[in-house]
Amino acid sequence: MVEEIFARGGSPVHKIDPRVRVAAGAAFSIVTALAQHFAVLWAALAMGALLALAARLPAAPLFKRMLYLNFFILFLWAVAPLTFPGPPLFSVGPLAFARDGVLLCAKATLKANAIALFSFAAFTTMPMAKLGHALHRLKAPPKLVHLVLMCHRYVFVISREYQEMRRAAALRGFAPRPDMRTWRTYAWLVGMLFVRAHARAARVHQAMLCRGFTGVFHCLDTFRFRPADTAWAALFSLAVLGLAVAEFALS
Amino acid sequence: MHISEGVLSGPVLAAGWGLAAAGTAMGLKKLESAEMPKTALLSSAFFVASLVHVPVGPSSVHLILNGLVGVLLGWPAVPALLAALMLQAVFFGYGGVSTLGVNTVVMAAPAVLCRSIAGPHIGNPGRLAAAMAAGAGAFAVFASALLMAAALWFTEGRYLVTAGTVVAAHLPVMAAEGLITALCVGFLRRVEPGLLPAPRAPRGAAPEEKERLKP
Repeated sequence: MVEEIFARGGSPVHKIDPRVRVAAGAAFSIVTALAQHFAVLWAALAMGALLALAARLPAAPLFKRMLYLNFFILFLWAVAPLTFPGPPLFSVGPLAFARDGVLLCAKATLKANAIALFSFAAFTTMPMAKLGHALHRLKAPPKLVHLVLMCHRYVFVISREYQEMRRAAALRGFAPRPDMRTWRTYAWLVGMLFVRAHARAARVHQAMLCRGFTGVFHCLDTFRFRPADTAWAALFSLAVLGLAVAEFALS
Repeated sequence: MHISEGVLSGPVLAAGWGLAAAGTAMGLKKLESAEMPKTALLSSAFFVASLVHVPVGPSSVHLILNGLVGVLLGWPAVPALLAALMLQAVFFGYGGVSTLGVNTVVMAAPAVLCRSIAGPHIGNPGRLAAAMAAGAGAFAVFASALLMAAALWFTEGRYLVTAGTVVAAHLPVMAAEGLITALCVGFLRRVEPGLLPAPRAPRGAAPEEKERLKP
């Protein structure tokens, strides 16, 4: 149920130094989140789409994720325009869609999709381990990096254990229904998940101590900054700066 | 429950990141290296549990369990939830860099609060512990929904009704979380009491009883 679909691939984007991608993704997210003008937002969306194309992300999973992501946006569209005070842009029967509400939702939609496309291309085109190491090189707190890497390492193990227990329950004829028995089963299942995680953590810690763990997790990955990375870094800087300058120029 | 990118204003995003950074720093400081595997694995378990859909009425809700994680971990729950949210962002694309701070605060602040209120009682047998566990589960979700609503409201005052809808939409989740958390804590108390925070001796307990309950 969890896999890194976009991590593998031979596109030029996959080859960019992870540090460059992480920094670019972060800078792009911040500038786009703060932008207010439609011209800038459309440009940001175009950049996100271009990078996603350049990364050759498979269309079907990308579309599915974009759909999930837009649930909150959809919720916003369903509530905000109808409940905003102010002059209506248009009305359908008794429903008046406020102009400001519609504009705000439109902006949020553009921003969310631009940032998501860019982030998918920038962050998820590397395995999680690489992302952790890139964060380490970018001076994230070492303990946090260790926590993220270890959490990622065991997500798959724990998810397998969950599925095992679900199968065992299904074999005993368990079918989820909205009743007390189901809720108790789920609660105990989740409890067992925590118990197993705890027991495994104790074993993992012992194994780490056996191998001389002293409290510092070493990231042994080395990154090489190729000439092409300089070009990409320049391109990303230019794009993000362009958005920022345009935003200032327009306001 | 994630606020997606592009909805919140600059000051709210910055405040979210500021609070998340402070909480994470505090959590990492309290996180002994011997506790690292436990924290990481509970964080993975939280990630997996958040994919569990539980039927409620005609529909289903997915578990959040931030109250339970808070009770089990205390302050280190902040970096643990941050790590889980980062994984969710990478795997599913929920949220991104700019909203990660706000989303961490939304999840983690109630979690830490739950630990400080319910933590000392939850390891005891009896009705009070069960009520505390149910309260922690329900309160954590409710407080998270309130924080999320506040983030929207501070962004734009006219989001008021939208913010209210967020809180209302989480009411069934609250009930489900309270029930599941109480049952789950009861299970943990019988199966793995070492996972729960050490219980505090009840007031007026005999000295030897207090000695026995010392962590």
